[in-house]
Amino acid sequence: MSSEMYSRMKQNPKFQELVKTRGRYAAGLSAIVLVAFFGYILMVAFSPRTLALRFSEGGTLTVGIVAELSMFIGFWILVALYVRRANGEFDALTAEIIEQAKADIAAQSRGVA
Amino acid sequence: MNRLLVALSLLVAPALALAGGPLEGQTERQPLNLHAIGMFLAFVALTMGITWWAASRTKSASDYYTAGGGITGFQNGLAIAGDYMSAATLLGLTAMVFGQGYDGYIYMIAWFVGWPIILFLMAERLRNLGKFTFADITSYRLDQGKVRTLAAVSSLTVVIFYLVAQMVGAGQLIKLLFGLPYEVAVIAVGALMMVYVIFGGMIATTWVQIIKAGMLLCGGTLVAVLAMSHFDFSFTRLVSEATARFAEVNLVKDAAGNLVGKDLLAPGGFLSNPINAISLGLGLMFGTAGLPHILMRFFTVGNAKEARKSVLYASAFVGYFFNVIFIMGLTAIILVGKDPAFFEKGLVPAAGVAGKVVGGNNMVAMHLAKFVGGNLLLGFLAAVAFATILAVVSGLALAGASAVSHDLYARVIKKGKATEADEMRVSKLATIALGLIAIGLGILFEKQNVAFMVGVAFGIAAAANFPVLILSMYWRGLTTRGALAGGITGLVSSVTLVFLSRSVWVNVLGNATPIFPWEQPALFAMPAAFLAAFVFSRLDATERARSEIEAFDDQWVRAQTGFGAAGASKH
Repeated sequence: MSSEMYSRMKQNPKFQELVKTRGRYAAGLSAIVLVAFFGYILMVAFSPRTLALRFSEGGTLTVGIVAELSMFIGFWILVALYVRRANGEFDALTAEIIEQAKADIAAQSRGVA
Repeated sequence: MNRLLVALSLLVAPALALAGGPLEGQTERQPLNLHAIGMFLAFVALTMGITWWAASRTKSASDYYTAGGGITGFQNGLAIAGDYMSAATLLGLTAMVFGQGYDGYIYMIAWFVGWPIILFLMAERLRNLGKFTFADITSYRLDQGKVRTLAAVSSLTVVIFYLVAQMVGAGQLIKLLFGLPYEVAVIAVGALMMVYVIFGGMIATTWVQIIKAGMLLCGGTLVAVLAMSHFDFSFTRLVSEATARFAEVNLVKDAAGNLVGKDLLAPGGFLSNPINAISLGLGLMFGTAGLPHILMRFFTVGNAKEARKSVLYASAFVGYFFNVIFIMGLTAIILVGKDPAFFEKGLVPAAGVAGKVVGGNNMVAMHLAKFVGGNLLLGFLAAVAFATILAVVSGLALAGASAVSHDLYARVIKKGKATEADEMRVSKLATIALGLIAIGLGILFEKQNVAFMVGVAFGIAAAANFPVLILSMYWRGLTTRGALAGGITGLVSSVTLVFLSRSVWVNVLGNATPIFPWEQPALFAMPAAFLAAFVFSRLDATERARSEIEAFDDQWVRAQTGFGAAGASKH
């Protein structure tokens, strides 16, 4: 039963679409996080002075503080964006795929009976 | 040379704080702190009440291991934050900002960045494929006996190292904060942990973590707000005063060799080596994603939706709290740093001398609480630190016990034929055994430097657990042989590299220079594990390997859709 459900769902073009869209979305967001974070870490290693630069002469806000605070907030916004899209659009699509597979199997068993 | 030594010594303390591990070194016993003990007893009474209530609701194995899958995303988010932020996070990171300035803040983002990655790549798949332990996922289509045994062994190794490190830290911390003898503290922590886990299972553990997270967030916020009131809530004023003071007590040589005041907001020495920096980033990010007690939290919610929400809330709390700690550290530079009462010999007038903080730098957060809120707030924050340790060790003990009972006993030894009652009994016995091991080793290692234990735990999590887990979810070609080769390679290489690195080779064994020159093994051990898993899977031409690869399709569809996933049990 389960296995038949799985192979039916897999054949559904909507499933391929779900996997592709969600996979790309997740990979894109991950890439942003990884590039920003490791870019920052490399800055710390190779150009620490840049991070200590003040925005204004004698000011207290540095490039480093702004960069890091933006990462804390920005990464969380990416998390929120993913959760919103996955819990809405992607889950609705998933529910459709499951319903359709169930309906197909039910129809088939009625046909056999 | 001197600078190099300073830079090196700076590496140890943060590595600890980072890994959520123990506080380093021995502490001096302080006078009995009655406010703290009173508030801690109130916490124990509350959590005992919850354990009693949880025990009445813990009937099935699912209730015991995963609270019946009935935890909401918000509750789980708080519990994850409670599981993740240890006493060392609060005390160690405040001390780092106080002593090293901006470097402390850099560590915080490294500590945070694993969460978005866990969400994007793992959270919903964990929930869709797993039931009680992460070995449910790695062994989903592979050989139950072998792959589960490997996962259980690496989980138990992680749990025991992490647990002992926490125990030693707890003993030192409680001696310092409460004025209780070391052994009493270790036994109290071990005994309370056993009671929570044995009687209340995951329900009690979750609530201990939730309450602790609430206390930690409130306590930290209160201290930070009160401290900011001394600066008229002006960040500009805080930073300019702190920068001036920091430069007075911390001197560095500039390019011309002249001694100048150190810039509070400039990155200091300890991430100046790019290999160290990247290895540390990798180890933290993927170590978090391979810790059995963190992974287990994803099985306590009802479905993938709630699993995603868990990360949404958890990362909000964790990210918020790190910024609170940054503020605490900055305000402490002035409020604690300019008050002679907090220094053993008062304030030293000479420039470039910071003086020794009473009880060591890890006490800075506590001194700050005392300065802004008197003994009552100090007592509260000390009670929070104790509660924090209990929440972390309880989560660890439950993860270790379920590796023994669910993986080794029920699946490997009994081959899935054990009754639920037997499985739960074994789990409780395993908790007692883990508790006794933790207390025994905790007392034995009192005078040892246990920093390496956290390194081992994170190394194994990142290099043994994570590669096998992620490949089993994403790569069709993974076979039993490949999973075993990858897991064993990760386990052996990460343990070996930690032992050859400074934290064991020099600090414990007393050699002059480390054989492995970097601090974190992840950059080397992780690729080795992935490579071994890939090569051995590809070379595996057995019949079993073919059917394992075929079984990937069904697993893939289930991972994507959640169809057939273990649901929430109804009460």
